[in-house]
Amino acid sequence: MATAVVTTERKNYLNAEYGIRSWLLTTDHKRIALLYLLSITFFFFIGGFFALLIRLELLTPAGDLLTADTYNKAFTMHGQIMVFFFLIPSIPAVLGNFLIPMMIGAKDLAFPRINLLSWYIYIVAGILYLHCLVSGGVDTGWTFYTPYSSLFSNTHVVEAGLAIFIVGFSSILTGLNFVVTIHRMRAPGLTWSRLPLFVWSHYATSIIMLLGTPVIAITLVLVVLERTLNLGIFDASRGGDPVLFQHLFWFYSHPAVYIMILPSMAVMSEIIPCFSRKRVFGYTFVAMSSIAIAAIGFLVWAHHMFVAGISLYSALVFSFLSFLVAVPSAVKVFNWTATMYKGSVSFSTPMLYAMGFIGLFTIGGLTGLFLATLGVDVHLHDTYFVIAHFHYVMVGGAVMGYLGGMHFWWPKISGRMYPEGWGRLAALIVFIGFNLTFFPQFLVGYLGMPRRYWQYPPEYQVYNVLSTAGASILAVGYLLPMVYLLWSLRYGKPAPDNPWQATGLEWRTASPPPTFNFDETPEVTWEAYEYETMPLPDEVTLER
Amino acid sequence: MSDRAGIGETPLAVEHEERPELRHHFADVEQQRNAATLGMWWFLGTEIMFFGGMFCAYLVYRRWYFPEFAASSRSLDLIVGTLNTAVLICSSLTVAMSVRAAQLGKRKLQVQLLLATIFFGLVFLGVKAYEWDNKYKEHHIPTFSFNAQDLIKDNQKLFGLDKLQNDPAKLQEREAEIQRRSQIFFSLYFALTGMHAIHMVIGVGIFAVITWMAHKGRFTPEYHTPLEIAGLYWHFVDIVWIYLFPLLYLIDRRPGA
Repeated sequence: MATAVVTTERKNYLNAEYGIRSWLLTTDHKRIALLYLLSITFFFFIGGFFALLIRLELLTPAGDLLTADTYNKAFTMHGQIMVFFFLIPSIPAVLGNFLIPMMIGAKDLAFPRINLLSWYIYIVAGILYLHCLVSGGVDTGWTFYTPYSSLFSNTHVVEAGLAIFIVGFSSILTGLNFVVTIHRMRAPGLTWSRLPLFVWSHYATSIIMLLGTPVIAITLVLVVLERTLNLGIFDASRGGDPVLFQHLFWFYSHPAVYIMILPSMAVMSEIIPCFSRKRVFGYTFVAMSSIAIAAIGFLVWAHHMFVAGISLYSALVFSFLSFLVAVPSAVKVFNWTATMYKGSVSFSTPMLYAMGFIGLFTIGGLTGLFLATLGVDVHLHDTYFVIAHFHYVMVGGAVMGYLGGMHFWWPKISGRMYPEGWGRLAALIVFIGFNLTFFPQFLVGYLGMPRRYWQYPPEYQVYNVLSTAGASILAVGYLLPMVYLLWSLRYGKPAPDNPWQATGLEWRTASPPPTFNFDETPEVTWEAYEYETMPLPDEVTLER
Repeated sequence: MSDRAGIGETPLAVEHEERPELRHHFADVEQQRNAATLGMWWFLGTEIMFFGGMFCAYLVYRRWYFPEFAASSRSLDLIVGTLNTAVLICSSLTVAMSVRAAQLGKRKLQVQLLLATIFFGLVFLGVKAYEWDNKYKEHHIPTFSFNAQDLIKDNQKLFGLDKLQNDPAKLQEREAEIQRRSQIFFSLYFALTGMHAIHMVIGVGIFAVITWMAHKGRFTPEYHTPLEIAGLYWHFVDIVWIYLFPLLYLIDRRPGA
């Protein structure tokens, strides 16, 4: 094929320079995205290893594989690694970094050196956390609740706290770069109302990163000071208030959930119109719902604290606001569904992930409403129902979106097509494995199994066995793409510039793109998602 | 839209030859300057949230433990604090003037004003160290043999201790409470002023570099963005102090209260 020959010979960001220096000192946003891809994949497997330990321990009711203390460390480090070192940087730092400048027709992010700096900050924090891990780990739960973390825990709380403090700056700098880039670097003609929804969603994400992350930074500093200098700010025996810690912690950590899910929604808004061959339904509403989620998301944090002794009236207000944040989320789900309605839908791998996302995110979101209801929350608080709920959002939502996006843009990133059959199979395995892992947890949580225990009464075993079996299937589903995506780097068919016939500026340049993305700055004269005027993808190209 | 990406009609190659400070990925100098300025403003937004966490804690405890906060606040040196505030305001003035000097292309004046800024910054830090040392001598550093006896002695009426004279058990209990609660004030005092001082140290470091650049003649009336955005940072750190000063020093200074 003619395009194939041209693709391999063209100068692109991958073959522009060679050698380790050209990667470690690069300021190219596309190369930095790949650096992030490698590092977060590494941490994903470390976090996954702890998940494996947890699931194996819970296979039987007795505490036979891990001691109680080790189990505490396992779920703590599973949570902290997955949240701070995988989920929060996942889509923004990899796909967002790679795509935002291309989608807006820029040569790079506004601050390329700060972009590289943010990766180095991530690495420093990662090494510190790994050091904490091998020197004994931390057992406070990922939430660092005081006074346990400040007065009682004998594990490496200070080191873990500092690592997460540091990694926060990587996230702040990424968010800063995105906001400034989106404001200042758009190509001529690319107005706000023509921006891809991927960019809108990342804009909302970045605002949360900028305004939320500093608050957890100072909160962790105060916990560290409390442990090292023995201050009493969160110590009730000296007049301090442990609930204040919870307020400050969740002021960031609830919006952090939206840092994880909004980028995934960003990916959805690109995949679904493309594989439905239709303009996205209600563009303005989808764009504004991202902003609404970011704004309302800052006002719901105390729904994590309904049983922590906050006043009934503030609980009522936070309950109401938590219901309110479901509205923009629902707007998105309905609009994606309406986009698919009467579209010519094709079930390619990214679309399978997208459809999985819609279903799983809906379940995750609706069960969130159970937990936002004051009376029901008293029963469900700190049970496996909560675990199942947030895994449906973070794994069923965020990770499905991440995998869908990786497949969708893989031809652009690597210049190779992945094997479609294997892709569909893996998507199916992930979907089945995920549901088998986490659906039983809704039931066992409703029946009263509390989270964070290494033993449980025997009547809960059947649910835990199902869950562990599901986790094994899920693990296969995650390993498969690792294998065939790597395989495709060498043996995959060379990708054409626009294999999916997608709209969007990133598809109007070469695959893989040249270092400065475009040979000349594009001028945008069209609206977003004009799929009516796009030809259908060449079936011969996709047959692989 | 007002901030539509400002890529002009000029061919890129020509622009890049004309302006050595222009980085490759920007279309023109104007766009580069706008990006840098917006970036710094957003960064200052994150700084507000960073200090915001501590201000929030301050607000909660000040409402709960007002007498202890008022008494502890009175133990801070008002005159030294006021003078230090004046020093910091002067440093902001010299920054603003140095930006003006850059706009007018007066290099020597620029450098002198920047050196004055660094000098004022260092004076502020020195005075702060002196105040902390005093607190150390007064046993007002939390947990390091912290002692609130002097606060108790000076504020009998404020704490309502005069009414408890006939009840030694209650008196002792209340005194222990004061001892605990005033530590919360000083914990916040050291956390807030310490975090502010760290920002000052970073600011002095940044201005050392900026002064060097000014000395080398890097800034022209057309291009002095680094000076401008460093100035924004300095003003921000200054403003944080403008809030800290009344919140920490001036809680209740009414005579005889």
